[in-house]
Amino acid sequence: MTEILHALGRTGIGAFESLGRSALLFLYTWRGMGEVLTRPRLVLQQVYATGVLSLVIISVSGLFVGMVLGLQGYNTLVGFGAEEQLGVMVALSLVRELGPVVSALLFAGRAGSALTAEIGLMKATEQLAAMEMMAVDPLHRVIAPRLLGGIIALPLLASIFNTVGVWGGWLVGVGLLGVHDGSYWAHIETTVDLRDDVVNGLIKSVVFGVAVTWIAVFEGYDTVPTSEGISRSTTRTVVHASLAILALDFLLTALMFD
Amino acid sequence: MSKAVDRNSPALSAREAAVRIQGVTFRRGERVIFEDVDVHIPRGKVTAIMGPSGCGKTTLLGVIGGSVRPEAGSVDVLGHSLVGLSRAGLMRVRRSIGMLFQSGALFTDLSVFDNVAFPLREHTRLPEELIRDLVLMKLEAVGLRGAHTLMPSQLSGGMGRRVALARAIALDPTIMLYDEPFTGQDPISMGVLLRLIRLLNDVLGLTTVVVSHDIHETASIADYIYLLDRGHVAACGTPEELRQGSAWARQFMNAEPDGPVPFHYGGPSIAADLLGLAEA
Amino acid sequence: MQKRNLELAVGIFVALGLGALLILALRVTDLGTTVGRDGYRVLAHFDNVGQLKPRAAVKVSGVTVGQVAEIYVDPETFDAVVVMRIDRRFNQLPLDTSAQIFTSGMLGEQYVALNPGGDETFLAEGDTITITQPALVLEQLIGQFMMGKAAGDE
Repeated sequence: MTEILHALGRTGIGAFESLGRSALLFLYTWRGMGEVLTRPRLVLQQVYATGVLSLVIISVSGLFVGMVLGLQGYNTLVGFGAEEQLGVMVALSLVRELGPVVSALLFAGRAGSALTAEIGLMKATEQLAAMEMMAVDPLHRVIAPRLLGGIIALPLLASIFNTVGVWGGWLVGVGLLGVHDGSYWAHIETTVDLRDDVVNGLIKSVVFGVAVTWIAVFEGYDTVPTSEGISRSTTRTVVHASLAILALDFLLTALMFD
Repeated sequence: MSKAVDRNSPALSAREAAVRIQGVTFRRGERVIFEDVDVHIPRGKVTAIMGPSGCGKTTLLGVIGGSVRPEAGSVDVLGHSLVGLSRAGLMRVRRSIGMLFQSGALFTDLSVFDNVAFPLREHTRLPEELIRDLVLMKLEAVGLRGAHTLMPSQLSGGMGRRVALARAIALDPTIMLYDEPFTGQDPISMGVLLRLIRLLNDVLGLTTVVVSHDIHETASIADYIYLLDRGHVAACGTPEELRQGSAWARQFMNAEPDGPVPFHYGGPSIAADLLGLAEA
Repeated sequence: MQKRNLELAVGIFVALGLGALLILALRVTDLGTTVGRDGYRVLAHFDNVGQLKPRAAVKVSGVTVGQVAEIYVDPETFDAVVVMRIDRRFNQLPLDTSAQIFTSGMLGEQYVALNPGGDETFLAEGDTITITQPALVLEQLIGQFMMGKAAGDE
């Protein structure tokens, strides 16, 4: 019985310790941001690694999510004779929720895990220690550009996801099921609002970008430098990032769309 | 026994010593890594730190490089005390230290050229042509100028270590630290590394610290040797002195399997273990 | 060469992302379309606005000419006041235009329908439409129907 309590306590203390370490990492990394801004090429490389390389998976998923929304939405709406509202349904679901959330989840799987593995491997092969001994702070040189690159890349990816998704819904609704082209767009235009919907969705994906990249770089930096440790950290990145995205989404939705 | 030899440790003045470690104690969890260790590294010499596996040799390099902060004692590197030094101050001291890691620790996403250029680009504002000349000169010194376009994954282990060496001397350090430079090297690249370490020390006027347990190779280039054992300095002196020193030092220097360092790890007698007799 | 490729790829990516955002801002929302910020405002008093909400459409013969900007209660008469922003292009609505609240489809959103009259002068910024018909409230309708039926039985 006391064993269970002991284990529980250990886990709790461990969780708090890593929370503290990740907060410190975040603070020290932000301190190096000024230095990073003078060398945009470092960030550029990371935007490439996280953004450009995730482009295909994001666009394809956006297309399919939009098409599924078109199909499901049509089947529901046609029962009420309200199928011309299809565009609104597709666009609002994407811009407010699915765009930011699904692209962040994909980003965590595609770019987040790669970030963790890369940094973890750099630690395991003493590259971070070597950098430190060359009087170069790895938090500034390695972590900071990656954090910034991820934060820049995700909102752009989410916007692409949304646009491709609305188009996918149009393909199914207008192209396949015969919804009137004009009313598809017209209803979207009159209902979707720039500040309430588009900007709020964008804010969401910025917050998710910070959360996912932060978790990814922390897990990499904090990894146990063995092959097993890196594989565990990579898994943890995906699990923790996904949970963080969903929890933050609830919080933000409650704040934004009350 | 070990304490008696310890007194031989030469108390060098701040001017003669590049590194002065005094009374350093360090624990990792419950395990004592060092206890009250004194190590003085003379300027311009090749000093070897040796000892059985797990005696804290590599940790000692960490103490010199400032990545390991001891619990007690003082560490002076080139006249700067590392104890209580700020991170920025530590970074300044590290610019005059070069370190060769056991694995080489080359940046796998950069080419050989960019690896060697890395410290130059980070710490200087030299024009690209000058950096190019410097990098090629450093690579020439380790005999790998022709390989500057290769990626680290295309190099053999020995070549990788030489590139890492070129990178470590890129900023012309005052102190060079080598962590197990000979492990896993074939005889030829081992010979090359030995020659390089000695040559760089003499030509560039460096202070060199080599951590190793390859006793014969290291002894052949070292001016001075510290033998560590279980967190203490067990013996120190020139290679010649140690070969005629205490029984322990002789066992280690001549690589004898049994002696004061027992072949068997401590435990119950074999009869007790095999016959299943309960411990009293 | 490698560096130039990297720059190009990131450049295309950022352009794509910003382009998508621009499409969302212009095509998906009403920013770039008919009802600009520079329309003129017209007021109308209703007994009951039903489910009408800000941003609902204002239509003439089924064509959207503006949107509801604001809905509030007149503190003296306790009428609902609907403030509409009409696009500048439709600045020739007669002064005796009437307003009515309709529902598009069975479950659709409610909107304001304007029926132009025959007056020679036109509605301008701040004018009030006097002839209005309130929204139909389903409960009231059913109630009236039941009452009427009960009365008829007698």
